[in-house]
Amino acid sequence: MRHTFAVLVENNPGVLSRVAGLFSRRGFNIESLVVGETEDKTTSRMTIVVEGDERVLEQVSKQLNKQIEVIKVNDITDDESVNRQLALIRVAADQSSRQEILQITEIFRCRIVDIGRKSLIVEATGDEIKIQAIIESLKPFGIQELVRTGKVAMVRGVK
Amino acid sequence: MKNGAEYIIEFLEKKGVEVVFGYPGGQILNFYEYLGRSNLKHILVRHEQAAAHAACGYARVTGRPGVCIATSGPGATNLVTGIADAYLDSIPMIAITGQVKLQDIGKDSFQEADITGITTPITKHSYLIQELSQLPGVLDEAWQVATKGRPGPVLIDVPKDLFLEEQDMAAIHSHLITRKVAREDNTEKMMPLIVERLSQAKRPLILAGGGVISAGAWDALAELVQRTGIPVVNTLMGKGAYPENQPLALGMVGMHGLAPANLALSHCDVLLCLGTRFSDRVTGNRRNFLEKACIIHVDTDAAELQKNVITDFPVHRDLNEFFKILLEDPALVKSEANAQWISRIHQWQKKYKQPTEFSGPLLKPQAVIQAVARMADPDSVVVTDVGQHQMFVAQNYPISSRRGFLTSGGLGTMGFGLPAAMGAAFGRPGAEILLFVGDGGFQMTLQELATIREYRLPIKIFIMNNGNLGMIRQWQGLFFEKHYVASDLPAYPDFIKLAGAYDIPAVRINAPAELDEKVKLALETQGPMLIDCQIEANEYVFPMVPPGGKPGDMIGRWQDETHICCISGE
Ligand SMILES: Cc1ncc(C[n+]2csc(CCOP(=O)(O)OP(=O)(O)O)c2C)c(N)n1
Repeated sequence: MRHTFAVLVENNPGVLSRVAGLFSRRGFNIESLVVGETEDKTTSRMTIVVEGDERVLEQVSKQLNKQIEVIKVNDITDDESVNRQLALIRVAADQSSRQEILQITEIFRCRIVDIGRKSLIVEATGDEIKIQAIIESLKPFGIQELVRTGKVAMVRGVK
Repeated sequence: MKNGAEYIIEFLEKKGVEVVFGYPGGQILNFYEYLGRSNLKHILVRHEQAAAHAACGYARVTGRPGVCIATSGPGATNLVTGIADAYLDSIPMIAITGQVKLQDIGKDSFQEADITGITTPITKHSYLIQELSQLPGVLDEAWQVATKGRPGPVLIDVPKDLFLEEQDMAAIHSHLITRKVAREDNTEKMMPLIVERLSQAKRPLILAGGGVISAGAWDALAELVQRTGIPVVNTLMGKGAYPENQPLALGMVGMHGLAPANLALSHCDVLLCLGTRFSDRVTGNRRNFLEKACIIHVDTDAAELQKNVITDFPVHRDLNEFFKILLEDPALVKSEANAQWISRIHQWQKKYKQPTEFSGPLLKPQAVIQAVARMADPDSVVVTDVGQHQMFVAQNYPISSRRGFLTSGGLGTMGFGLPAAMGAAFGRPGAEILLFVGDGGFQMTLQELATIREYRLPIKIFIMNNGNLGMIRQWQGLFFEKHYVASDLPAYPDFIKLAGAYDIPAVRINAPAELDEKVKLALETQGPMLIDCQIEANEYVFPMVPPGGKPGDMIGRWQDETHICCISGE
């Protein structure tokens, strides 16, 4: 089972290594981990995607909770939430293929953020399925470089 | 205006710390300068590992955090074993280390080691102070972290320059801990069911762990037993949680648990586990641990619930709170089937008795321990090292005093005993400290004889001298076809001469005939004494649940002294 945890932590140096260390030490599998400051500068939000059975996930959440710098742990897997990843894709593009690539990016509502003589950089955001679909459709043109973030997530609805 | 060193010292004094254990070095000299002018008593150990174990021994007998101090780099890394030991046994401890100057951090400076990083997995939390204004908050928080909930060690690393930097620190407060968002639990809902199970059980049993002792819940546990007539078994760390001179105390369970205790565990239908974490030394094979029994597990650390064993009632509560709710419930009564269950246990106790009479010319370790237990003041503090002798003490020395038994349970640290005994002597002035230690483990921290002599600590050091690494030899004997590799300890040093070199009186016990007289002599001697007990080399600790086995399936010698037989818990 794949789960998404939203973890609010103190914005201290070292907190990332503590959390990452916890996962490797206890044998939990991190699929992705994204961390960044929140609206409050003294806290950060980690979005962690973990693979494991129910028992492992319960341990993950409890062990995270035990960390002094962890303020709150939420398993948001089953919540209605907005999930986003970002990908930057450098795709080979010559005169003949440029038009077709532009069409594809339009369909997926991506943006071209850089134009080189022989390539384009496409910026894509979306949930995992969408990012995967974009990558698949750009593949035939030749992907030269690909970077992508892990997932960030936010629960829907009014607080 | 105060500098960092003064602030730390004042903080410790305010918290009622009287003794600290440590060893100086370049990066912490500034701190020592002020320590020397304060009322805190500093005990100079002879190796930093001993400072950590001594702080731990102090904490174990007092229930208050022990404090140890070391310099950066090698001083700090020498603490590591002691910190890990405290972590696994949930002992409150504050380690303060000097660090290289702020601007030198990260440059591989002389004697620089990332001790906060190194200790991250073996502390509840480790702090590197990066500006002086953090110090008040960190100290406050560190103290709380070490003592609250499940206790444990905390490390505070202080760069050298901050000891001397001055600042007005009156207005600065801790903010971190208060931010934690509490989790809900459903204890209230489970309680009526728990009471019902306990009151209607046919074969109820209490498993007391070290958590009962760290919660100081002796009286509540005794009241529960008194009211319900439920017998008590204990883990190694739970030894002394319920007085072992009581009829319903069945003793230790687990790999070297007593047969009646292990049989009770494997036969019980309702098991109330208090402050224990289902170590593999207790459960054997965790997969099918007591599949048929109803298990109630109470722990102050939520992460222990459902971690090693899936239980029917995981209760996340401080033990004292749990007892309060439980004991206030009028529905909690002695179950009707209790008498029958107790009589069954009595039969096991009759059938599977640990030996108490010893024949033959050789000195048996059990005989030594039983003799000391018989003759010593019951308020003595009993300390062990790690190995066969540790298990023999756990089996043969009944403990009824509170915080009267100190052992390295979780980490199983050889070399723990001598320095921990030292800490105990400072933590409980006036008490007799009885240390049982193997000839192997003793040689791991024997430099502390100097500290013991310096303060004339009333520690009786019983070296259970079998000329080998007994527990290793036992495993090689049982599981490696007597292929003894690296487990012999030739007869050096002569421990009597060694004690002489440290100006500590010593006697040797060679044969059973002189046992009582020499133990008496040792117990009557003021101050430290070393007793070199020349015990039989081939003794095994029995019963034994082979690793990965079930609690009730044990091998041991019950019919006669030579025959090893098995019993099954089915
Ligand atoms: C620091 C450390 N190293 C190794 C071990 C593994 N070990 C466990 S028991 C034991 C033998 C202990 O021998 P001794 O101290 O003579 O005590 P005995 O078993 O003979 O009572 C060893 C080596 C350990 N527990 N701790």
